[in-house]
Amino acid sequence: MTFLSTIKAAALSAAMIVSVALPAAHADEQYFPLQSYRVGPYAAGGTGFFGGFIDYLNLINIRDGGVNGVKLTWDECETQYEVERGVECYERQKSHAGAAAWNPLSVGIAYAMIDRITADKVPLITVNHGRTDSTDGRVFPYVFPLLLNPYSETSGIVNYIASKEGGIDKLKGKKIVVLYHGSPYGKETIPIYELLAQKYGFTVQQIEVPHPGNEQQSQWLTIRRAKPDFVVLRGWGVMNPVALKTAVKVGYPVDHIVGNVWSNSEEDVIPAGDAAKGYTAITTQASGNSYPVVQEIVKTVYGAGKGNLEDKSRIGSVYHNLGIVNGILNVEAIRVAQEKFGHRTLTGDEVRWGFEHLKLDPAKVEALGAKDLFHSINVSWDNHEGEGYVTFQQWDGKKWNVVSDWIAPDWALLRPIIEKSAEAYAKEKGIKLRTADDANAVTTN
Amino acid sequence: MTAITSSFSSAPVLPKWIVPVLLLAFAYGVVPLIGSSYLFEAILLPFLALSLAGVGLNILTGYAGQVSLGSAAFMATGAFAAYNFNLRVEGLPLIGSIFLAGIVAAAIGIVFGLPSLRLKGFYLAVSTLAAQFFVQWALTKFSWFSNDSASGVIDAPKLSIAGFAFDGAVGRYLFALTIVTLLTFLAYRLVTSQTGRNFIAIRDNETAARIIGIPVLKTKLLAFAISSFIIGVAGVIWAFAYLRTVEPDGFDLDRSFQILFIIIIGGLASIRGAFFGAALIVVFPLALSRLGGFLLGDVFDSGVLDMSQRIVLGALIILFLILEPDGLVALWDRVRRRLLFAWQST
Repeated sequence: MTFLSTIKAAALSAAMIVSVALPAAHADEQYFPLQSYRVGPYAAGGTGFFGGFIDYLNLINIRDGGVNGVKLTWDECETQYEVERGVECYERQKSHAGAAAWNPLSVGIAYAMIDRITADKVPLITVNHGRTDSTDGRVFPYVFPLLLNPYSETSGIVNYIASKEGGIDKLKGKKIVVLYHGSPYGKETIPIYELLAQKYGFTVQQIEVPHPGNEQQSQWLTIRRAKPDFVVLRGWGVMNPVALKTAVKVGYPVDHIVGNVWSNSEEDVIPAGDAAKGYTAITTQASGNSYPVVQEIVKTVYGAGKGNLEDKSRIGSVYHNLGIVNGILNVEAIRVAQEKFGHRTLTGDEVRWGFEHLKLDPAKVEALGAKDLFHSINVSWDNHEGEGYVTFQQWDGKKWNVVSDWIAPDWALLRPIIEKSAEAYAKEKGIKLRTADDANAVTTN
Repeated sequence: MTAITSSFSSAPVLPKWIVPVLLLAFAYGVVPLIGSSYLFEAILLPFLALSLAGVGLNILTGYAGQVSLGSAAFMATGAFAAYNFNLRVEGLPLIGSIFLAGIVAAAIGIVFGLPSLRLKGFYLAVSTLAAQFFVQWALTKFSWFSNDSASGVIDAPKLSIAGFAFDGAVGRYLFALTIVTLLTFLAYRLVTSQTGRNFIAIRDNETAARIIGIPVLKTKLLAFAISSFIIGVAGVIWAFAYLRTVEPDGFDLDRSFQILFIIIIGGLASIRGAFFGAALIVVFPLALSRLGGFLLGDVFDSGVLDMSQRIVLGALIILFLILEPDGLVALWDRVRRRLLFAWQST
């Protein structure tokens, strides 16, 4: 190759990069601003989740040519899970036209965005996490803690422990320790554990692990002294493998540790090695790559060389599958909204309407190729969680095995608490409670 | 530590107030008209809050020579105190909450400044770490501080002073700008007063200062109090005007280091330096990430991109400190003198 042709080739590829980076302006497009994190202490969660999300969006584009002809686009802004960076990304990305929904996967960033997205009328999706009382759509019209909020997660875990003990009445006199991450996310469930302990007659001791959680010797010595029947691990990132290893070191049986929904991934157990064998964790989406939708992603997206995960062995991992499920929920909400408002680029408020009518029963989930990947969802204008079911999986040293049926949390018990908290927030902020009619009024441009 | 001021007797110097007044006229008159929401929310508001924190720390470290790693703790104190005053004291105007929050931060500052009577330099820096850890721990441990919010996160109240609401990005910018301007002016008056000269005397030689009759202990504590007051108010701006929601974790040790870097890069013992340093710390990573994204966006994923930007930023800071250890202020003055000289000789 001569010097000149090298230059020419370089110029051509540069032009191609630019043309990819600047998509055609006139086509119908729906844009996903992704406040992702691929570096920092929580990179494992970020790469898996956003990888799965992008893989699913790619699948829709490649296989179907978008949603009813509307192409899905996105770009990434690195937050490192830091609130300030998340806010900067929000301001940077919000100027892009046709934003469908925000999915920051960070409680801190989500909190900082609530006022902003409410003013800008674009939904904020906090799948499996977020502010519990944002479940109440009367007060938080644009926030969606889909599938599972921290309180229903807690209720699911307590119900599971009860089933292991042989019934809810057997909880009386038992002792549970909750080891939680020292962050807004970690602290979110403190009052609900206290409440459930009172209701069912067990004692609960809640112990904080400071962020990021590299050092837990003293916490586990406390646990050893307390001799609890179960330890609930409410961790995140590096805290989880450290907890499992330290538990073994102080001699606490791993099969009596129950992980919450952010302590349930391969990245949490593999670094712990043998210490993790027998550890159980809650999940809203099963892991593994046998599900048709995951297979299609392998075939269509990775086949075309557009897969997002560098390490292909992570396909079908917990975070990757959560990203895929999150993709399904976002895309289906757009589909629902498109049926009402037309097959075109939707406004954020129209997508909000779509989320508020997002109903995927098990049959529909199967049609999407996600049978047993997740159970179902049933979102309404005032219930933004959508009554997702949970299941439990146990780590055998190589993979997760599902060890329970799909379990329903005790929604009836939780709803009044959530409403009370949301109403208090509404009062503090001077927010008028929304009605069904308000929910049906949609800003279309 | 560096010299306090440099004099330019040879150059024709404009009256000192001209530049700040022009800048303020621009900041009040032009910026609100032309700025985008991104400019206010992502650049100017964090810039203003961090500049003010830099001014506060500069009084303590730059002028009085007491090294502190507890700045973020005083910011947190200010933010949470203002939140609680606003929430719990019926009828107290917002400006009153902010003032009282500054007083609380000053009181905490005095408490943690007490070791400075016995400790110096590196040892003092380590003892101020206690403030950093203690405040964060207390705010996390006692949920009363966050009004029993389950997650420990507080929400900012509506910003309104004397019936005038500072809504929207521009409003919050003007709110922050006004407070920063006022406090910066007061800080400037302070460091050019007798008290300011006492600070410098203690920084340069404590024994000599004592001999010429400066009350060393009182002056040191005063430096801690004033510095913490200003940093506390900076924390209020950070929480109320910029993020509008805050958790104790947002004021961790990294933030303290960030403020220390601001005054080192900007120039110790210089009010302007805090603004220069904050501008660099806030704007530079964003500019780099934009540039990197534009040039390499499709080659790397966002993580690799961000890492490479951090490496560039780190390298630049090292280079910068080697080439101009007196900070951006010294660099700026040198450039200005050269320009004036070139202009004169034509």
